[in-house]
Amino acid sequence: MSNKEKDQEQILRDVTQTDYKYGFVTDIENDMIPKGLSEETVRLISAKKNEPEWMLEFRLKAYQQFLKMEMPKWAHLNIPEIDLQEVIYYSAPKEKKEVKSLDEVDPELLATFEKLGISLDEQKRLSGIAVDAVIDSVSVKTTFKETLGEMGIIFCSFSEAIKDHPDLIKKYLGAVVPPSDNYFAALNSAVFSDGSFCYIPKGVRCPMELSTYFRINAANTGQFERTLIVADDESYVSYLEGCTAPQRDENQLHAAIVEIIVEKEAEVKYSTVQNWYPGDKNGVGGIYNFVTKRGICRGESSKISWTQVETGSAVTWKYPSCILKGDNSVGEFYSVAVTNNHQQADTGSKMIHIGKNSKSTIISKGISAGFSQNSYRGLVKVLKGAKESRNYSQCDSLLLGDKCGAHTFPYLEVDNRSAIVEHEATTSKISEDQIFYCNQRGIKTEDAIGLIVNGYAKEVLNKLPMEFAVEAQKLLQVSLEGSVG
Amino acid sequence: MLKIENLHASINGKEILKGVNLEINPGEVHAIMGPNGAGKSTLSSIIAGKEIYEVTAGKITFDGINLLELAPEERACAGVFMGFQYPIEIPGVSMVNFMRTAVNEHRKYRGQEPLLAADFLKLMRDKKALVEIDSKLTNRSVNEGFSGGEKKKNEIFQMAMLEPKLAVLDETDSGLDIDALRIVANGVNKLKTKDNATIVITHYQRLLDYIVPDFVHVLYQGKIVKTAGKELALELEDKGYDWIKKQFD
Repeated sequence: MSNKEKDQEQILRDVTQTDYKYGFVTDIENDMIPKGLSEETVRLISAKKNEPEWMLEFRLKAYQQFLKMEMPKWAHLNIPEIDLQEVIYYSAPKEKKEVKSLDEVDPELLATFEKLGISLDEQKRLSGIAVDAVIDSVSVKTTFKETLGEMGIIFCSFSEAIKDHPDLIKKYLGAVVPPSDNYFAALNSAVFSDGSFCYIPKGVRCPMELSTYFRINAANTGQFERTLIVADDESYVSYLEGCTAPQRDENQLHAAIVEIIVEKEAEVKYSTVQNWYPGDKNGVGGIYNFVTKRGICRGESSKISWTQVETGSAVTWKYPSCILKGDNSVGEFYSVAVTNNHQQADTGSKMIHIGKNSKSTIISKGISAGFSQNSYRGLVKVLKGAKESRNYSQCDSLLLGDKCGAHTFPYLEVDNRSAIVEHEATTSKISEDQIFYCNQRGIKTEDAIGLIVNGYAKEVLNKLPMEFAVEAQKLLQVSLEGSVG
Repeated sequence: MLKIENLHASINGKEILKGVNLEINPGEVHAIMGPNGAGKSTLSSIIAGKEIYEVTAGKITFDGINLLELAPEERACAGVFMGFQYPIEIPGVSMVNFMRTAVNEHRKYRGQEPLLAADFLKLMRDKKALVEIDSKLTNRSVNEGFSGGEKKKNEIFQMAMLEPKLAVLDETDSGLDIDALRIVANGVNKLKTKDNATIVITHYQRLLDYIVPDFVHVLYQGKIVKTAGKELALELEDKGYDWIKKQFD
């Protein structure tokens, strides 16, 4: 082994032994149901949440649907059999009644979110972000609810929305991702425990970023949350989602659904920084992340923009998509997916063009290091009526080292001759010459990789709201430092 | 400042340098010339710390410290700059970001605070003016899409920013038209002080019309076989290397 290789090994070791910063466990008492999945489980969850009959019916139908389905095997992922009977489907921090003010929230919980850098204190207006904090199965606190309420904006936990806004939930729940959509969507629809609901009324521009912060805390639990965002005519909202989990040796399951409905001339910007626990350097532990995210541009000239920075999870299976139904509607997908050590990601987007003159953009930047596998999978579908629609897709892969893999699976289905669909793909490696050039200017190898990776991902990072962009940049650096070979 | 003693080095088991001796003092300009394959680029790579070469014997001291024990970035921060024969493109990394990182690493090494953004930008403006580099080059990604001449000018600009004690310019004149050559050479001359030194590696006398060396060395078959004043370069231009080769073949 040459000196250089030795150094790189060393750097790699240093970095992979850097502790996952969010790996701590909060010691709080939990209200848990026994592990295992059955119709009884579904009824129990619904009962725990005091749900109305129609909600229970939705769940039971979904559960029946789920029983008929099998776990999808088409992704470029190597996942051991997941025993769904070993999972706990409901866990909530105890004694949670109606939380009216911050004083009533368990101080341990507040401390947890402080530690994660998320302020639930509405007095701390500096951050200017309204947060819905979801821990394990339930939403603990939604901030700025009153301020937003004055503008007619609804931003609350899913459970509250079922109680307080049943008409909206009945109308939109499952409208974009029906329970029958896929195995994990069916599972989520049957057992989901909480999540966020957001409604922006006609003509309102939401004055602050709305954000949901998901935290898995209890052991052996799965997290199944739903997010539903409805943007009425000519409204706008920017939505952020962050996630972390404690460091554990067993894998934990996360299967979420995000649905977005955008009406005429409205716009929703949805940004995710996904940093679930990725497992250790030998691939032990980590979150299995199976997420269905889809939005529909229902009205004319409506727009959905997905931005995601995916650095966590042992397995990621996720394809934020847009159904471009309205004429002149716009769908965007900007993604940076980082895999290191033994992580696996199969992620991309679907753009379904239905409306005339609809436009979509897909920019995907994959970064693979260690022994990881990173796949882009995307579908661009242009239906017959989607006259003069346009898509531009660009999928870039960056490889660090020679034991990882990058794969691209683009699918194109075009049924209208006037449509223009472009696809570009590149694969590159950080070369030793680039590293040496940086070294010669005084820049250490780790910093050089950070510079190059951030430069590579810039196009996507620029799409993130400021507060997130900085965090995401640091995250990229931490996820990858030193993994060049 | 720099002292190379009996330096032997090989790549993949093949010996390239076979006992190089060279001493460089502050304020001096040395030219290293020689036919293709003599080991000129190997020598500069070893000074800079490129690890594909294995040093099998000898030593290099720089300001009294053993240079061979330092990592490439430590050598850079200690004041060794290399002007690359083929500067590397780094897509996506802006020149501003790249230089700010480099300058601040140098400062950190010297125990100084990082430069404030405004001070850094001013430094950049001043140095751009000094080496006559086009502003738009520094607004782009590092060397990306630069012409051969632009890349070389960019090397001199970086040298101006980092103010090295020792600059090793590896065939900086290759691929330059006469105007670019003049700009590059002027840059080097302007940066010259009584405290720093320059090694110019070149094939041609042409560059030495602009950067006048105090010493000219001929590297042949892995050794410095001849050392003289600037007139040696003229003689080589006139007669080629054959008369030197004959003495050693």
